[in-house]
Amino acid sequence: MSEAAPNPWRRRALLGLPLLAAGGAGLGFWAMLRGLGTGSYDPHGVPSALLGKAPPDFALPAPAGSELPALAASDLHGLARPVLVNFFASWCVPCVIEHPQLMALKRQGVPVFGVAYKDKPADALGFIARRGNPYTRLAADEPGRVAIDWGVYGVPESYLIDRQGIIRWRWAGPITEDTVAADLGPLLRRYSA
Amino acid sequence: MALLLLAGGWTAPAWALSDPAEQLPDAAQEQRARVIGRELRCLVCQNQSIEDSDADLARDLRRIVREQVAAGRSDEQVMAFLHDRYGDFVLLRPPFTAGTALLWATPVLALGGGALLVLGLRRRRAAPVPAALTAAEQARLAELDRMP
Repeated sequence: MSEAAPNPWRRRALLGLPLLAAGGAGLGFWAMLRGLGTGSYDPHGVPSALLGKAPPDFALPAPAGSELPALAASDLHGLARPVLVNFFASWCVPCVIEHPQLMALKRQGVPVFGVAYKDKPADALGFIARRGNPYTRLAADEPGRVAIDWGVYGVPESYLIDRQGIIRWRWAGPITEDTVAADLGPLLRRYSA
Repeated sequence: MALLLLAGGWTAPAWALSDPAEQLPDAAQEQRARVIGRELRCLVCQNQSIEDSDADLARDLRRIVREQVAAGRSDEQVMAFLHDRYGDFVLLRPPFTAGTALLWATPVLALGGGALLVLGLRRRRAAPVPAALTAAEQARLAELDRMP
């Protein structure tokens, strides 16, 4: 029972398959690293479950002492232009980082609605008084329960609502110049049309 | 009854939920809330369940789970409530979907691959039967034997 020479295809497969697997894994890791660099891939990011849906039903009061109108779900449909809903807090450092971008959006005429998350009314109002007010509406979510209905897991967190009242984009973390240039700016142009 | 005794005999383990004010007065309900909570990821710390985490958000989610358990919602309804808000990410045991198929198949693929490899190696080790000696080789061997 003498065996013929081993099948050359088998040898080629034995040599090639591990190389192919290693190559594939390398490509995958490269794509992940690239995504980490450009910000398109974030292994810690929690994708929003509300994209493409209407915001949850809610009605929040204005913080005590605020002169701005409060915010409810009914304020978020039939809009003249897309709006940004921004969850923030006076105790949140990244919120300070993103604040200039919100002011810039306000100057461009983008309505930004603020929700003060787990913040004392006086602190939230003090934050705005000190740094400037980017908000056309301001609500207080002191218990943080409405934020959970939105799927918020930290501040700052921002949601872009289109004119029909559908959530089109969610950004967890501070909005930077890069965020506006790469994501928010083009989205605003698309949903303003 | 056995379940009640079991639940009643449950002593608070060493995880973060140490505040007795958070716990439900009904031991069986508290036990159910803990089982649900251990299936839910803390969105802030990510590698802990909301039962294990000290984060503010985890505390809020624990409270929501307990409120809903006390209100008579089923385990599935409580999980669905949080799944609606936070998506698959909140589930420590992700559901089987097209997106998670590879994740779930990994152990099978690894085991199957290993088994194939072992089978292949065994067959190869058994295979090579040395070819019979040729006449020239036999003559040469005989010559070697004769050498002093």
